[in-house]
Amino acid sequence: MDILTCVKRVPNTGEKIVLTDDKQAVDASGLGFTVSPHEECAVEEAIQQVEQHGGTATVLTLGPEDASDELVTAVARGADEPVLLEAPDTSADPMATADAIVDYIESRGDGEVPFDVLLFGNESADAGNYQVGVRVANALGLPCVTGIKDIELEDTTATAKREVSGGWEVFEVPLPAVISVKEGINHPRYASMRGRMQARRTPIETVEVDLAGDERFEMVELEVPETEAAEAEILGDSADAASAVVDILEELEVL
Amino acid sequence: MSTKDFPTSARTVIIGAGIVGNSVAYHLAEQGRTDIVLIDKGPLPDPGGSTGHASNFIFPVEHSKEMTLLTQDSREQFRDMDTFTRSGGIEVARDEERLEELKRRMQSAKAWGEPAEMLTPAEVKELVPYINDDIILGGFHSPDAGVCDPLRAGEVMRARAQDKGALSLAPNTEVTDIIVEGGRVTAVETDRGTIEAEEVIIAAGLWSPKLAKMAGVEIPLTPAVHQMISVGPIDLFEEGEGEINYPIVRDVDTQMYERQSGNDMEVGSYEHRPILWDVEDVPSLDEAPLSPTQPPLTHDAFEPSMQHALEIMPEILDDPSVEIRHEIDGLLSVTPDGMPLIGRLQDVEGLWSCAAIWIKEGPAFGKMLAQLMTQGYCDIDIHASDVNRFYEYGNSRRFVKNRADEGYRKIYGIIHPAEQWMSSRELRTSAFYNRQRDLDAYFFEAAGWERPQWFESNRDLLTKYSAELAHLMRPNEWDSRWWSPIILAEHLHMRDHVAMIGDTGFTIFDVVGPGALDYLERIAVGRMDVDVGRSVYTPILAENAGFVSDLTIVRLAENRFRVITGGGMGGADKSWFRAHLPADGSVVLDDQTSALCTLGLWGPNARDVLASVAEEDVSHDAFPPYTAQDVTIGEVDAWAFRISYVGELGWEIYAPMEQGQRLWDLIAEAGEPHNIRPAGMGVYGTTGRIEKGYRLYGHELELEYDPAEAGLTFHGVKDLDFIGKEAYAEALDGEPIAKMCTLSVDDHMSSTGERRFMLGSEPILTTDGEEIVDDHGRRSYVTTAGTGPSVGKHLLMAYLPTDLAEEGEQFLVEYMGEQYPVSVEVVGSRPLFDPKNERIRS
Repeated sequence: MDILTCVKRVPNTGEKIVLTDDKQAVDASGLGFTVSPHEECAVEEAIQQVEQHGGTATVLTLGPEDASDELVTAVARGADEPVLLEAPDTSADPMATADAIVDYIESRGDGEVPFDVLLFGNESADAGNYQVGVRVANALGLPCVTGIKDIELEDTTATAKREVSGGWEVFEVPLPAVISVKEGINHPRYASMRGRMQARRTPIETVEVDLAGDERFEMVELEVPETEAAEAEILGDSADAASAVVDILEELEVL
Repeated sequence: MSTKDFPTSARTVIIGAGIVGNSVAYHLAEQGRTDIVLIDKGPLPDPGGSTGHASNFIFPVEHSKEMTLLTQDSREQFRDMDTFTRSGGIEVARDEERLEELKRRMQSAKAWGEPAEMLTPAEVKELVPYINDDIILGGFHSPDAGVCDPLRAGEVMRARAQDKGALSLAPNTEVTDIIVEGGRVTAVETDRGTIEAEEVIIAAGLWSPKLAKMAGVEIPLTPAVHQMISVGPIDLFEEGEGEINYPIVRDVDTQMYERQSGNDMEVGSYEHRPILWDVEDVPSLDEAPLSPTQPPLTHDAFEPSMQHALEIMPEILDDPSVEIRHEIDGLLSVTPDGMPLIGRLQDVEGLWSCAAIWIKEGPAFGKMLAQLMTQGYCDIDIHASDVNRFYEYGNSRRFVKNRADEGYRKIYGIIHPAEQWMSSRELRTSAFYNRQRDLDAYFFEAAGWERPQWFESNRDLLTKYSAELAHLMRPNEWDSRWWSPIILAEHLHMRDHVAMIGDTGFTIFDVVGPGALDYLERIAVGRMDVDVGRSVYTPILAENAGFVSDLTIVRLAENRFRVITGGGMGGADKSWFRAHLPADGSVVLDDQTSALCTLGLWGPNARDVLASVAEEDVSHDAFPPYTAQDVTIGEVDAWAFRISYVGELGWEIYAPMEQGQRLWDLIAEAGEPHNIRPAGMGVYGTTGRIEKGYRLYGHELELEYDPAEAGLTFHGVKDLDFIGKEAYAEALDGEPIAKMCTLSVDDHMSSTGERRFMLGSEPILTTDGEEIVDDHGRRSYVTTAGTGPSVGKHLLMAYLPTDLAEEGEQFLVEYMGEQYPVSVEVVGSRPLFDPKNERIRS
């Protein structure tokens, strides 16, 4: 079972988001980068499926050389082959990104799709366009299911489940297929120390991508929406707070 | 606290609610302060500073006495708050050099009173079953090491201060300005309102420089990364109960540690390249994903550490199911010399610093600062942590960065006691510098000043004095590192002929004004109402009669006195003098440090040299010892002071800095017929001094000892009041608990047949090998070690309990794992060389 998982490098942020002076990006200096929780789960799903069925877990990202950090992290956790579509930054629009991924898949497969499953996170953590997976599926003429929280693979089909209010929608799709997953599908593992060290030595397949001249989509500027300041309420001190905490938990229906 | 309850005034405002700020608050309340506000921009109990991510272990033994005593005190405080778990700790050696260093650790453990033992690899393995004992040569076991919970301790300390009604809390409150009016702090502005205050303590960890800047002063530290990961779950750890069941391991050769935390192992490293941050780049609480002081791990920098961790603990760490669950570039504070920054910020009255402190010393430094603020002195001498030690030379961002960068590797490094800093050198060069460099001077640095330690151009003297020096040569590399036998030869040459020594790097400030005499009488033990031109060498005491300093004061005129003190302690001494200035403005301090250079001219031929170039009569009658007068040397208008720290006839000649080079040339030329040589600070600071039994502040003289114990009672008790008088008079009245002694090494031969020479800070033991502790709990250790070439012996200075302080009494000194016999040569301050001071008075 050969699985391609696509991830996007996004800034790590706290409660307050700071923009760069030109309002074109999130200022992540000192905060670092990550991938969205959905994508972490997609990578984990690929690793688990390959552990179960054999095959190769390939992980791909589009962005500058630094974006290979996210590939290394995925390899450290158990992915096999990292691919970097090298572009000046990660802000390419969903159309251009999908095109670049499609080009890569087609060139690698000599016209065929050389993977059984293409996994995406449901949406990226920064832009949240919800588009890249769908566009890739469309361009390649593959079936596509989104918002998936459970996957079972057989030789030629995948059974994918989407959680809906009060139950599950169950899809059966022929392979190859595009599946975008949501956080909760699994518990992503962390890397081991040995895994981390080996990952840094794994060669990364790098393909240069030319996005210049693609003007279908233009970023004007980013804006941080107004948010209401979180109000903290002190419920009490030590044991005195216990009954108030129970009330709240009951109200939230977690008890 | 809602905004309407926000305090508008307080006696004391503490900025920073980490372990340090909480401790200051608690101890100030204990010391009687009743109106304290503790501010932090973050929430409680973890406001987001370094306290929140520290690995929280306490390894008590350091080579610094101050740091060991403070760690021990902190451990007691953590224990008292039920926030300490004893786990033991082991430093392991991967190579022979480290094994030697661990023996030196044993030496420090004995000197400062901390149980410890050396372990074989098999013994280490018994305590740490998962260690790879194939790659270690041994271990240093500190059984009373352990871990603490500084966040919980902070809660306990706040609660205790609140129970006294002394403390209000202002979390989630950001300081926006510190208001200074007329040289004193008056208020702290915050985003929630202004608090008027009489005293403000900056305990804000790595944000301290930013806050200091608001008040127009400087706290020299930089944020630096300490990388740490936490890996687990580890099955072996699941079996035990509680946070820690195995000793902490410091794999010091790789600059790393491994410390159990529940079922995780925390793996920390100082091995990576120094990663320094600018405080302005540290994200705010809202912006930070984890916390402002926990930016993401820089992976490539950590890779070698990962490799080393897998090497030393493969059984538990090299397991695919043991995952990296947490990984950070933890930010902490690094200073130019690695020591904390405590005390009065002398340019703003009422403003204090308590910063750059490890968790393991946090509670103790809080206590010391509270004592300093309320009583003027503290239980443990913390001069090496005085924030004023960089005053007026070492506060620039470049200096801090350079030294922090250089010092990073020293955190777990093997650091020779005389090791010199290499960055930001040639920062303060005297007028003699070029001439000295031409003479192949080997320069040491003190308070930024370049000072020749010896001159390679004097190497020929080694041949001349080979017979005298044969048994004083140091065959061992460690003993002779940062040292040269040329120092001994220069010393003998000076005693036989004459030497010129400069620049001595003194801090010099004149005390001027109608109130000068009264003011100095109040500060000094000695009587200050002396004739113009006369000098007084005097202890400067705290109220407990412990030493704050010892220095020389010369009366220049009716209302003008010159204070001459060591360069290294200059900032601290000035701070003390400034803090005690009368409020009526009748006295001002006029700094001369950078205006004057100082050239020592000492030896039997010194008068002949000076007489040949001075316009004035410099005969014994015209220029008696311990007096000073203006002299004209060639074209140079100088001021000469007939005194000597090396026990010779001679002068300290002070000249305007811009005429210094001419002064050097004149003296060198005039000295030629008298066989003059340049000599270095090795002679001035050690060999000449130790033969004369001269005490040095920070070595023999500390806050923990009084003048009766130091043997400096010659002033008696004057009628006038002075700081420390009551305790001083009491000390002089009774029998001292301990006495400063000069000892000599009877046999230098090690078990491997090599002659070894102690360097200082070694424990003095009874002939049975027992540690020696006096009735005040103070231990006997070597305060200064140095060779006395003229007496032909290697000398050690040490306090001994009075009942053991007998001349001729035998003891042992432990050095690098072996014990050597020593005898008491002198009890008290009588010089071993020229006991009647005939040379100085000749």
